[in-house]
Amino acid sequence: MAQAVVRDIDKNDPGRGLDLRKLGMWTFLGSEVFFFGALVVTHLSMRGVVAPSASKANLDVAGVRNMFGDNVLTSILAFILLTSSLTMVLALDGVKTNNQKRFRFWLGATIACGVIFLGGQVYEFYHIVHEYNVTIKNMMFGSTFFFVTGFHGTHVAVGVIWLVSLLVSAIRHPERYNAGNYMAVELGGLYWHFVDLVWVLIFTVIYLI
Amino acid sequence: MATDVSTLHHAPAKQRRGWLEWITTVDHKKIGIMYAVTAFLFFVIGGLEALLIRLQLGSSQNAILTPEAYNQVFTMHGTTMVFMAIMPVNAGFMNYFVPLMIGAGDMAYPRMNAMSYWLLLFGGIVMYSSFVFGGGAPDAGWFAYAPLTSTTYSVTRGMDYWVLGLQLLGVSSLAGSVNIIVTIIRLRAPGMRFNRMPLFVWMSFVTSFLLIFALPSITVGITLLFFDRNFGTNFFLPAAGGDPLLWQHLFWFFGHPEVYIMILPAFGVVSEMLPVFSRKPIFGYEFVAYSGVAIGVLGFTVWAHHMFATNLGVIADTFFAAASMLISVPTGVKIFNWLATLWRGELRFKTPMLFSLGFIAMFVIGGISGVSLAAAPFDLQVTDSYFVVAHFHYVLFGGAVFALFGAAYYWFPKITGKMMSERIGKWHFWILLLGFNLTFFPQHMLGLQGMPRRVWTYQQNQGWDFYNLLSTIGSFCIALATLVFIVNFIISLRKGAPAGNDPWDAATLEWATTSPPPAHNFDVEYIVHSRRPLWDNKYSGEGRGMTINYDFHPHLPPPSFAPIIFSFGLFVLAYGMLNLASAPLIGIPIILVALAIAFVGMNRWVGEIAQDPVL
Ligand code: HEM
Ligand SMILES: [Cu+2]
Repeated sequence: MAQAVVRDIDKNDPGRGLDLRKLGMWTFLGSEVFFFGALVVTHLSMRGVVAPSASKANLDVAGVRNMFGDNVLTSILAFILLTSSLTMVLALDGVKTNNQKRFRFWLGATIACGVIFLGGQVYEFYHIVHEYNVTIKNMMFGSTFFFVTGFHGTHVAVGVIWLVSLLVSAIRHPERYNAGNYMAVELGGLYWHFVDLVWVLIFTVIYLI
Repeated sequence: MATDVSTLHHAPAKQRRGWLEWITTVDHKKIGIMYAVTAFLFFVIGGLEALLIRLQLGSSQNAILTPEAYNQVFTMHGTTMVFMAIMPVNAGFMNYFVPLMIGAGDMAYPRMNAMSYWLLLFGGIVMYSSFVFGGGAPDAGWFAYAPLTSTTYSVTRGMDYWVLGLQLLGVSSLAGSVNIIVTIIRLRAPGMRFNRMPLFVWMSFVTSFLLIFALPSITVGITLLFFDRNFGTNFFLPAAGGDPLLWQHLFWFFGHPEVYIMILPAFGVVSEMLPVFSRKPIFGYEFVAYSGVAIGVLGFTVWAHHMFATNLGVIADTFFAAASMLISVPTGVKIFNWLATLWRGELRFKTPMLFSLGFIAMFVIGGISGVSLAAAPFDLQVTDSYFVVAHFHYVLFGGAVFALFGAAYYWFPKITGKMMSERIGKWHFWILLLGFNLTFFPQHMLGLQGMPRRVWTYQQNQGWDFYNLLSTIGSFCIALATLVFIVNFIISLRKGAPAGNDPWDAATLEWATTSPPPAHNFDVEYIVHSRRPLWDNKYSGEGRGMTINYDFHPHLPPPSFAPIIFSFGLFVLAYGMLNLASAPLIGIPIILVALAIAFVGMNRWVGEIAQDPVL
């Protein structure tokens, strides 16, 4: 009797039916939105600043823009990162349909995209430091640029580690994730999509406007 | 209608004994106790620092402290009270009582809950270790204004410890609030709809949202600061084009919501205690709940009222002044609801009630000075003066601390199974009320006479001696009152009268179980039908407030070492970061060791989740 009452009540109280872990993830991502919001606002408010003691490296923002070239590299990287969201969706679909091979393949592809993105970012940092002599210290644009993209990169790296650990455990325990138990994959995916989405914002703000 | 809980049994989770039991616990009640005890210790430490401040200012041209020591002491006082005393006491009560009040067996993520506690403890240790290892404690104020925080003006490593300590405390709070939010949304007993939740639960919910949205801002701010101090950036250094106001915006975008983070839980407990001791339901439940939400939302739109003196421009000043005045409307709504709850109530002046009434009175005084400060022209006259110090002590001490002492008296019987002494409790209240007003009321006058805050001393001919002396005397009364509380606590713990399940004849679910509650809180599941399940069952008829589902199998995860190991890794990481720039050869190995420790913890954790899928 009581059980039936509880079931009835739950129908009218959607909160009690939500998945515990997913709810936590969404809450955390809500906080992350504000984190990146603060980063982007910092960048926007500081990037045009030219130090009073004009040093040799004091390019103005327009000049700095040149160092990104015509954004070919970052556009490609952005494309790769966005593609990885698609591959992540496919991976999740794989596990939901109990297709372990598909699941692992697309998870691997997602990881590969993430790694390529990180590699590209390292290359870009190196290039900017060595060719344009813009560092985190010597001009405000450099400071905020490296700060914001660096923190995003750290998030991507965390995501890669997360997905790798999922892949490793999926290979070691072949049946761990399946159509009945895929929340761990879904959570990793949620985080991954979020990090990708943030890149759209950062890419727009830093490289395009 | 008390159900005999002892006849029902559930497989107890594997238990450890002695101190290991505490180190490995994932029980929200034990964690809540650890939170509250730790926070009280920090409250005492912060209080001793306050006594030092008052001793130094007790008379003009005093030299009990050097100016450098004075800066460190007042910085640590503020930082301790805000981040290590009031916030964690709130977190402790939320931890203990939110699950009980909503009829849940534990928090949503018991292990993560333990982690939150350990990070609080470790964060506090990092901060205080600056006295020993840092060449001096943080010394730029709890608001850490740039460029005071630059290596030019803050020459010790203190501010670096401050940043890293706050990072750990921030992770702790973030994890804690995610936990509370999920617990409330997901683990409410059947029938415990949002509009039936106790108001303390409501306020915990709002507070947790404030935290998750406010914390990122200070996290970014202190990280920028750390880069400035360690890695050669100039975000806040005007000489190199940086902007000290950027710090103020990032800090106060957090800082103002933070004041509500400290006071909303206090609003919550008062909204629980007043009805119980007035023998009447709260007046205007919806208004009390939703005004809390309104305060939370508006709280994000007023931060620049702390920055009137920074020349934001007329438009901005007007906006922030108006928004700040607006926020006192929902605050006022609550106060009138509390007063109306008392109206024609059958008042019982037990200690928790005294503290609740003291809270209302003191908070109103602080609210009035707050609204006056919201008027930019007036603020410009008194900003950075003792008037501001008086304001925020009336809201934080007269408000939050009074309410939390009341909560301690109210819930002590539930936590320990014993009553606290009413007689000593009343002494505590009256000495505190007297001491508090003696300390802080004169500071209004000092502020209006122009005494600036954050000064190390003042001259004899400035006419500030008398009020300062009063204030210092008052501070020792507060210390005495706190001692009385400690005595009461110890005596009651040893010899208090047995409390029984429901000593106050209260209305909410935490009183439906034994005192102290069993590990799994409730042996049965309550199906809730009203806002006051216990009262309605008792006074309106069996089954009107709640009914019982006996077919209930609560599940608790076993004790775990993972949270403390992982947190310890982050703790070590803080010391690695401290040395990263100054001595990389020491810093990098420490960081690697720290990551290894954190990895071990994480690995255990993941392994445990695989067996027992709660975080
Ligand atoms: C009625 C609502 C309130 C209004 C309109 C208000 C307004 C203000 C204003 C304008 C200031 C800045 C004064 C200055 O620095 O020149 C201030 C400072 C402060 N208020 Fe309030 N306040 C209110 C309630 C509260 C509450 C409820 C709390 C905490 C529980 C609080 C805590 C503080 C603190 C800690 C400071 C000082 C921060 C610092 O500079 O160190 N206020 N308040
Ligand atoms: Cu404020």
